[in-house]
Amino acid sequence: MKLIRVKYTKWYNILKDGITRNNPIVIAVLGICSALAVSNRVENAIAMGLGVTFVIMASSLTISLIRNIIPQRVRIVTYMVVISTFVISVQAVLQAFFMPIADALGAYVGLIITNCIVMGRQEAFAAKNPVKYSLVDGFASGMGYTFVLVVVAAIREILAFGTLLNVQIMSVTWENWVVMAMAPGGFFVLGLLIWGMREALKYYENPEQTKS
Amino acid sequence: MSSIIEIFVSSLTDQNIALIYILGMCPLIAISTSVKNAKGMGIAVVFVVTLTGIINWPIYELLKSTETTQLSFLVFIITIAATVQFLEMFLAKFVPKLYNSFGIYLPLITVNCVVLAVSLFFVNRDYSFVETAAFSFGSSVGWMIAIILLAGLRQKMTQFSNLPKGLTGKAIAFIVLGILSLAFIGFTGLSLF
Repeated sequence: MKLIRVKYTKWYNILKDGITRNNPIVIAVLGICSALAVSNRVENAIAMGLGVTFVIMASSLTISLIRNIIPQRVRIVTYMVVISTFVISVQAVLQAFFMPIADALGAYVGLIITNCIVMGRQEAFAAKNPVKYSLVDGFASGMGYTFVLVVVAAIREILAFGTLLNVQIMSVTWENWVVMAMAPGGFFVLGLLIWGMREALKYYENPEQTKS
Repeated sequence: MSSIIEIFVSSLTDQNIALIYILGMCPLIAISTSVKNAKGMGIAVVFVVTLTGIINWPIYELLKSTETTQLSFLVFIITIAATVQFLEMFLAKFVPKLYNSFGIYLPLITVNCVVLAVSLFFVNRDYSFVETAAFSFGSSVGWMIAIILLAGLRQKMTQFSNLPKGLTGKAIAFIVLGILSLAFIGFTGLSLF
């Protein structure tokens, strides 16, 4: 019985929505620059996903703690300073312990600062809600992002290199699809994935909105 | 001189910041619903990116000489936010006509990854000042080309084609971008001299 009750708590709903109905990539189409650029190998995708999740959670925590003393007019700059501080620490950790991944991600680690998901969660959630919910919300958005990133990366890595997490899984005669490792592959896979997930969630855009 | 022209041309074509490095996607997808808006956003980006590239280069030299390069993210983003704010006030006061045509896009630019990316790329690639200027201008014009191309295609598409429901709007924009990106990869190996 307890399990069923858990389902209807605010915690559970925030978590579920972050991955499905409020998924930052599939529904709002935010933060896609890094999602496309680093998703040609699963290990890069996991590192990037965890980095973004950490940055969202840490800055949600900070912003939520000080939400009552931030003056309304300078709030965006405040978010930026908090976010970039955590991004600098993520980059320092990557360079100290995971040098190959830091090399592969390159400038894209720094670009977490301008990832709209992070900023969006601060503005839409952390600035108005207590600390515990902000943390859960940050975790949910981060996981929604990581989930899409890893799925896209898995498809691209299998098709482009015939491997998954550097383990050969296609037969040796597999002809690598070079285009999947490059930018167009990312666009196609993500476009089709968004289509598929929207079809599954029954979320459609109103064509009139996009016309104007 | 030739290396500067080469940096400029390749940042327009085979190193295009939008279609090859996949940056600045959020505004690219969100604002490319009509050619008119795309043009306004494109011009605003050209202004801001060129300006911040030129401003951030000496600042990075300063950081290098004081050995505080690990702070570069923080310093760059504050410079960018300040430049955008200043440009907005300057245009509103002195060039109101220009401000009315693209002023509304300016606040959106602070979170455009292109602006920060250009600053991070010139650090990674060790560009000189003139090269940085050419690279920032070329990249931003390249981004403008991409958004106008995409907007033109999307505008026609919403008028004349019958898409599956789940594909309307943003999903189809990705497929179109993929095809555009394939076309721009065709520029690889382009050599001028």
